[in-house]
This record gives sequence, structure tokens and C-alpha cells, in this order.
Amino acid sequence: MTKIEKPKLAVWKFASCDGCQLSLLDCEDELLSVAGEIEIAHFPEATRQVIKGPYDLSLVEGSITTPEDAKRIQEVRRVSKTLITIGACATAGGVQALRNFKDVKEFVSIVYANPAYIDTLNHSTPIAEHVAVDFELRGCPINKMQLLEVISAFLANRKPNTPAHSTCIECKRRGTVCVMVAGGTPCLGPVTHAGCGAICPSYQRGCYGCFGPMETPNTLSMSEGWKTSGASEDEIARVFRTFNAWAEPFRKESETHDK
Amino acid sequence: MTNKKDGTKIIKVDTLARVEGEGGLYIKVKDNAVQEVRLKIFEPPRFFEAFLRDRDFREVPDITARICGICPVAYQMSSVHAMEDALGVKVEGPLRDLRRLLYCGEWIESHVLHIFMLHAPDFLGYEDAIKMAKDHGEIVERGLKLKKAGNDLMIKIGGREIHPINVRVGGFYKVFKKQQLNDLVEQFKWARDAALETVRWTAKLPFQEFEQDYEFVALRHPDEYPFNEGRLVSSKGLDIDISQFDQHFEEEHVEHSNALHSVLKERGAYFVGPMARFNLNFDQLSPIAKEAAKQAGLPGICKNPFKSIIIRSVEVLYACDEALRILENYEMPDPPFIEIEPKAGTGFACTEAPRGILYHRYTIDDAGKVLDAQIVPPTSQNQKTIENDLWHFVAKYLDLSDEKLTWQCEQAIRNYDPCISCATHFLKLEMDRE
Ligand code: SF4
Repeated sequence: MTKIEKPKLAVWKFASCDGCQLSLLDCEDELLSVAGEIEIAHFPEATRQVIKGPYDLSLVEGSITTPEDAKRIQEVRRVSKTLITIGACATAGGVQALRNFKDVKEFVSIVYANPAYIDTLNHSTPIAEHVAVDFELRGCPINKMQLLEVISAFLANRKPNTPAHSTCIECKRRGTVCVMVAGGTPCLGPVTHAGCGAICPSYQRGCYGCFGPMETPNTLSMSEGWKTSGASEDEIARVFRTFNAWAEPFRKESETHDK
Repeated sequence: MTNKKDGTKIIKVDTLARVEGEGGLYIKVKDNAVQEVRLKIFEPPRFFEAFLRDRDFREVPDITARICGICPVAYQMSSVHAMEDALGVKVEGPLRDLRRLLYCGEWIESHVLHIFMLHAPDFLGYEDAIKMAKDHGEIVERGLKLKKAGNDLMIKIGGREIHPINVRVGGFYKVFKKQQLNDLVEQFKWARDAALETVRWTAKLPFQEFEQDYEFVALRHPDEYPFNEGRLVSSKGLDIDISQFDQHFEEEHVEHSNALHSVLKERGAYFVGPMARFNLNFDQLSPIAKEAAKQAGLPGICKNPFKSIIIRSVEVLYACDEALRILENYEMPDPPFIEIEPKAGTGFACTEAPRGILYHRYTIDDAGKVLDAQIVPPTSQNQKTIENDLWHFVAKYLDLSDEKLTWQCEQAIRNYDPCISCATHFLKLEMDRE
């Protein structure tokens, strides 16, 4: 009898907080059955075992911030049949892309006494700026149910079902009273990519955009609205500059308010 | 493993696994003596302290959470307490309890991940928990369920398990009615039993004989096992207010690492984390946790870092018990947060992250903008101690085969549950034997 080989999974890390790959280990109810269908061939955070590539599915966390990592991602692409990026670091450069708006040399000297030991690029950039990416899963952190959907879709050879509409729509589905309308709380929900399930408004705070921009967001009217409710230019610039600051729509909008 | 013609032996493990983040290890042995030990941290720097400048004080807890996906609550707690210190605000009563409850969730989730998925496979000779599950299915499943209890607590109180959204300077965005927390009470009664079983199970693991004369450093609070508050004390006489941290500790930047090493100015390396907390605060554990520790053969003091897996289990038991206590006595905080007006000042805070003390210091201006930020994470504090351990460990066990010694060096590092993401990417072990 011939044994059917399971597809090989690899998890790779670049500049990140490990939160997105941890999402996989946080699937307490599903982890063992996922491991039954897919061979965990390279996942240093979870196992000492390293099975040689090529890999059928690579999940990539983190952004590119060093010259070596810019080389390493090419290597990862070469050994991966399907490459999926997970999380805001990988899809947009992450919070560490805040350096992109400043002088990185100054940043190095603020944190380190011996700046000469540090080798870093001026910009933190998303994976898709370096190699072809087959699918991007958004979020800081990603939603673990969406991650399972992406893995199941891969196993079934279909497209993942991850809606591209705004967080606003998730909020309405959930039946949460609008925090902007009811409480005047500034909220990024109308321009933010769906996926988290609209958690923040259900906790009585405005969305802060950790899933990044939705497709063709109207950030201009968003900013106008914030201004009307009294937000300063500086506040608006900062609101767009958090975990997806380098994603183009958010970057451009923040630059119009950055004096 | 390669043996060169000139007699040099090089053992190389490309990836030291089951740690959070990426780093490397280099050990050189010549004439049966250890010559060099270097723990290298390749994790690329992310410059949090730099880009925190000019941010509003209210944004800080959400930003610092992104330093670490495994212990975001620790970052949020150190941030909010340091900000409140700068602003002259003290959060007390039910709000304080709710913060403690959230922290219990993180300790459970983080410790259980380490016990079952990262550390236990070393003791039983498996490469990972999934392989271990094939022979020890029930144990791994219980571990996963216990981890889920911690995560469920984080989801309820924090909004989600990674980078919770409910924490703010002054309190929470949303608080809960008592009946909304009832499900947790039932779940945590189960969790406490499962945690007790875990202590008993870990106590039976095979341990290396290895004890060192460490200086343990942890928070100490007069009335409770420490989470968010207390004085900083050590097993060698340190007893200071958090605001004096910089007078006693300093960070060194060494060439082989992207992390800053932290040392005690007067005495050098020190040890933070579960074992330090346990040794300095045993008397503050709840009766059930104390009793379980005694039965596990740890009546209050432990100097063998391999046994940290038992201590983590005792802390999980304590955190489950403490969570239940808080849940059962819960009163809904009203209002959910204290309104705060910005004013200029400098604030300090140190809280007990799962891996040990996490120090934050911020200076803000009149408008509440951050002028300066300093963050000292637990792993950079333990780094020197880890190197010292390896130095002594390798010297003691040189007769082991290269393969075995390499694995045990990895295990010796995992004793500390190092979070390299915090300390600033894979551990490479290279060993030269001449
Ligand atoms: S996207 Fe956010 S959660 Fe994911 S690795 Fe980056 S910082 Fe962590």
C-alpha cells in the first residue's frame, strides 16, 4: 500500500512580535486535527524537527528590515509552492514601519549605545514588495478562525473566504450600536478591512485600524468627519500611523495631515 | 556533527526551536574546557522606544503590546501603570482586581504553552508536543484545554487573546456585570483541578542535577503574590522602589546581540521569572499552591532551573486559584475608568510578565506627549544568566555525546522560556571542540 503524503507546511518569521504565528498554537481545539492533515515541516517556534523543502504551503510572518532578511525571503520563496503572508507586519510593514517616516539612524542611536553593531534598513517593508505572494491575510494580529479558513481553503484547493469589506459592516451584522453615531467616539471602522469581527466597538471604543485599509477606502471623508468632531491634524495623522502605517491608503492620508 | 582533521569538533544546530523569536548560540570547547559561550540574538531591532516619542500617552498600551504576541498584557500593564505614575493617578478597588484577573489569564496561557508545547517535550525526548501527543494524548489535550481557559479569560476581559483591546490608561473601556462572568467561574473550577494535576505530572519528570548560586530578582508586595505592584527585591539584599531602577540596573549593548543585556551595577548577572518570584514570594502563594509545591518537593526554595517547569505549573495553579477568588468576589467597577487630564511628569512601573519583571519608564509633556521611553524586558535581564548556566552546564556534562549535549544546551536555554521577540531570530547552536 502506498502512503499518501501529507502537504508540507512551513512557518517563517521576519521582524514581528510572534503573535500571528502564535495564533496557530492558539487553535487549541483544532491544532491536533490540523496536524493530522498537514505535516508541520518547518515551524521553529513549535518543533525542533526540520524537514527539508520544498514546502507546499509557507506562512510568512513579519516584515523585511535587514539586508539579510531581504535575501532570506528570496530563499523562502524559492522553496515554497504557495506563499501566504500573515499579519500586518508581513502585509504592510507593521508597527516597525513607523521608522519609514523618520531617520532610522536617529532611531538606532535612541535605543542602542553602540549603534555600529546594528545592521538595519531604512524602511520596514511588506513581503509583497520583495517576492510574489499568493495570498495576504490581514490583521494585527490575524484572526485565528480566518487562519484556519486559509489553511482549509489551501487543502481543498479553493480560494479563502475572507471578506474584503469594511469593519463597519461586521459591526452592523453583529448588532453593535455605532460608537460614532451614538457616542461621538472617533472610529476607523468605515475604512478598515474586515476580519476581526468588529471587536473594539463592542467594547465601547472606536476601531483603531489594526486590520489595515479595506479596498478603496474613503479616508478623506473619514478625516473630514474626525475633524468635525474636533480632532487635530496631528491626531488624524497619528490615527493612520499605527500597525498598518505603510499601507498606501493609510500612508497617503497620514501624509496630508503631517505637518 | 563534523569532525575536522585538525581535531576541532563542530556541532551545529541551525535552529534552536521552541523559543519565541530568533537567536543563536556559540560554544567553544578546547582541551575539555569551555572557552566561550555566546547567546546571540538576531531578532531584528524594531525601535519601539524611538517611535513612542511624540505619541499621545493614551496610545502607548496598544503600541507596546506589539512588542510581544505572547505577553501583550504585560506590556499593557507596565505601560498603564507607568503612565498613571507619571500622571499621579492610582487605580484601586474593583478596577485593580480586574487588571489582576486579566494578568492571570496571560500567565496561564503563556505558562501552559511553555510547559506542554515548548518545554515538556525535552524531558520526554520528543521533538515537539504533536509527537508527544501520539504517546501522551490525554496529557497534551488537558494542556491545550488549560491553555484555552487562560485564553478565554483574556478574550472575555481583554476582547481577544493576542493584543487585547480593552486596556486603557486609567482602567478599561468596558467592564462587565457579575453574571456575565459566570461561565468563567465554572471553567476555572475545572482549570484549577487540571492545574493541580499538572503540578503532580511535572514533578515526576526526570531532572538534571544542576544548581547555581543565583541572585533572584522579583517584585514583592506585602499582601499578595506579585503581578502589578510592589518593591523590587533580590535574594542578595536589594530592596528598592521602582523609581530607583536605573540607579541599580544598567543595560549593556554587546556586539553579538541585537538585544541589550541588563545587569545589576554592583553584582552583574541576575535571574528573573517564575523561579525568582517563587523563591522570593513563596509565603504569598495561596494555600493550595503552597501545598502542591511542597508535595512536588519544592518547599519554598529552588535553585535548579530545569525544575522551572514545576514552578510554572505551581504559578498556573496559583493563577487559576486567584482568578477564581477574584471572580467569586467580583464587583462591577463603576465607572470603567478614571478620567485623566494630561500633565508633565516622569513615571515608572515594573510588573511581573510571565517571564519576569518588565520595567517601563516614560516622560511626558504637559499635553501628554511622550518625550522619552525606556523598556527593559525580562529576556534581556536573563540573557547573562543563561550564558552563565551554559558555561557551567557544558563544563559539567562534557562526557555526553555531542548530540545529547546539544539538545541539553537547548533545554537549558528553554528553562528560561526566553522570548527573543521581547529581547529585541532562530537560535543557532554552533559548538567548536578543539
Ligand atoms: S501583525 Fe501584529 S500581531 Fe502579527 S506579528 Fe506583526 S505585530 Fe505581531
